[in-house]
Amino acid sequence: MPVIETHNLERVYQDGSQVIKAVDGIDLQIDEGEFTAIVGPSGSGKTTLLNLIGGLDKPTGGQVSIAGENISDLSDNQMINFRLEHIGFVFQAYNLIPVLTAVENVEFIMLLQKKSKVERRRRATQLLEAVGLGDRLDKKPGELSGGQQQRVAVARALASKPDFVLADEPTANLDSASTANLLDIMARLNREENMTFVFATHDQRVIDRAKRIITVEDGKIKSDVKVDH
Amino acid sequence: MSTLIKIAWRNIWRNRLRSLVVIFSIILGIWSGVFINGFSYGLNRQRTFETIKSNLSHIQIHDTAWSQDPNIENQVLSPEKITSFLQNHPQVNAVANRILLNGIISSANGSGGVQITGIEPEKEHGLTGLADDLTQGEFFGEKKNRIVIGEAMAEKLKARIGSKVVITFTDSKGVIISGAFKVVGIYKGVSSQLEQLKVYVRQRDLRKLLNEEITVHEIALMTTGMEMVESVQQELQQKFPHYDIQSWDEISPELGYADELMETMLYIIIGIIMLALSFGIVNTMLMAVLERKKELGMLMAVGMSKKRVFSMILWETLMLSLCGGPLGILLGYFTILYTGSSGINLTMFADGLQSFGMSPIVYPYIEISFYFGTGLLVVVMALLSSLYPARRALKLNPVEAIRTI
Ligand SMILES: Nc1ncnc2c1ncn2[C@@H]1O[C@H](COP(=O)(O)OP(=O)(O)O)[C@@H](O)[C@H]1O
Ligand SMILES: [Mg+2]
Repeated sequence: MPVIETHNLERVYQDGSQVIKAVDGIDLQIDEGEFTAIVGPSGSGKTTLLNLIGGLDKPTGGQVSIAGENISDLSDNQMINFRLEHIGFVFQAYNLIPVLTAVENVEFIMLLQKKSKVERRRRATQLLEAVGLGDRLDKKPGELSGGQQQRVAVARALASKPDFVLADEPTANLDSASTANLLDIMARLNREENMTFVFATHDQRVIDRAKRIITVEDGKIKSDVKVDH
Repeated sequence: MSTLIKIAWRNIWRNRLRSLVVIFSIILGIWSGVFINGFSYGLNRQRTFETIKSNLSHIQIHDTAWSQDPNIENQVLSPEKITSFLQNHPQVNAVANRILLNGIISSANGSGGVQITGIEPEKEHGLTGLADDLTQGEFFGEKKNRIVIGEAMAEKLKARIGSKVVITFTDSKGVIISGAFKVVGIYKGVSSQLEQLKVYVRQRDLRKLLNEEITVHEIALMTTGMEMVESVQQELQQKFPHYDIQSWDEISPELGYADELMETMLYIIIGIIMLALSFGIVNTMLMAVLERKKELGMLMAVGMSKKRVFSMILWETLMLSLCGGPLGILLGYFTILYTGSSGINLTMFADGLQSFGMSPIVYPYIEISFYFGTGLLVVVMALLSSLYPARRALKLNPVEAIRTI
């Protein structure tokens, strides 16, 4: 069974008299362990698609199933809880709570899941070590570089033991070294832990590392290719 | 929960200056509210005390007919019984009895209607404190037919110490009686009206002028404290049921009303201050929510429930408000404590005040319960102010919030 499955997915925006089909009938299946990039030019509908998959937005047509569960019927509150338990998010920016340290940020997600303090601390430390920030546990986001902040965000996304991680332009604000480093970490987590990653990006450096490249244009899938590295 | 509070607390200090401005305005607002209240309350209390001291006493005892008809005939029948009981009463500080006659005072330069009060000067000591209020002359002395009049009356009659005045009144049969008196003392009263109304002579001088037996019209007493008045009054009413026994606030209800009115007013003032402060708090917290749209959107996106977002903003607002509130109250408390014992001298305005029956030195005062009431109001204000910003945070749509990144 695929982790993510969309069926004739549609998201229409009404912008004044203009109707914008940001996502226009997308059928998509993503299996566990994939390392997939959704690519396309700006305005092609990548973010909208990712938000629909992540349950941040409601489709105007079609449906999204996560691990076999149709999420389009969930209420707002149920949806928040579903996201907490099943989906990890990495955004382009503003991923972290500025007043909390790196380890507290990672713990926070487990706090929402009502995990015990001991378990929270243990897993948060472990994850931050895995993303190479074992020596930055008690630094606030403001004291970390952009690349380090994104690595904390990855650790945070994984903390809840999600079914998959959605990352919308995670490298947009990073220099090449930080980008390479972040991609190395995610590729390793994908390889070693079989964690599923889905990116929305137009960053060639990300596209080069993806194992599957789905190209969208005007809200439709234009091509879908598997790449062997 | 505790992490939420920790985050909320740290969030307050993200914009240190802005939060400090809010906190200081709360401190200042509450402090000034407490002070205004203490000042007004002190002023009012003082006026009450002074009126009680110079005029009313704590309790007055009259013949039952007196209040309807303050006539020379309506005397207290056997005053010795009552005064001897009172003199031995542990909760009574001072007792005096008085003859009260309505009459006219006149000099070569003028005349006026007055209440002639026949006193035993020695006994007035713990009561009216009239002797302390003299600005000229002395409090009687041994010679007979001496009179003490108020400053305003002295001015009206153009009388000085040693001037001769004539008082005129009628006895129970309507016979007009006059007597010549020498001004021996001039007092300053709580108000110029009072200074014109009351003149004091010795009881025995009055008795000599009257061709009839007369007891007294009034027995006035001071208890050991305001809080004793009620119980002493009740005791007296039981023991002497055939007399009219009134406490100060029954004799002069407007004084008691003024107290109650003041209390209501004070809460209204505090309420208005709180309202103004709450606008500041709401405004600040609204800014804090709107400038953190993306962060709050992210939090909801990754799974923070609306309830938690709501309570986080609630805590932020509460803590912001509750930082300043207690400090303001404490500052107010110490200000009242200090000025309450040292007094605030208003000599500059005293002439105006005096005609309202107020003394030029004000001792601010606040009941302890008022501080708790204010504290409670601060909490209520904080809670109410937090609702709108917290609700506003809930209206954020995570997609919208994140999209603007
Ligand atoms: N809230 C919105 N209202 C109206 N149009 C929107 C809204 N969000 C996105 N769009 C439009 O939908 C299309 C797809 O946008 P988006 O998914 O952000 O593309 P991408 O992430 O590929 O740049 C664009 O034309 C965009 O203008
Ligand atoms: Mg986008």
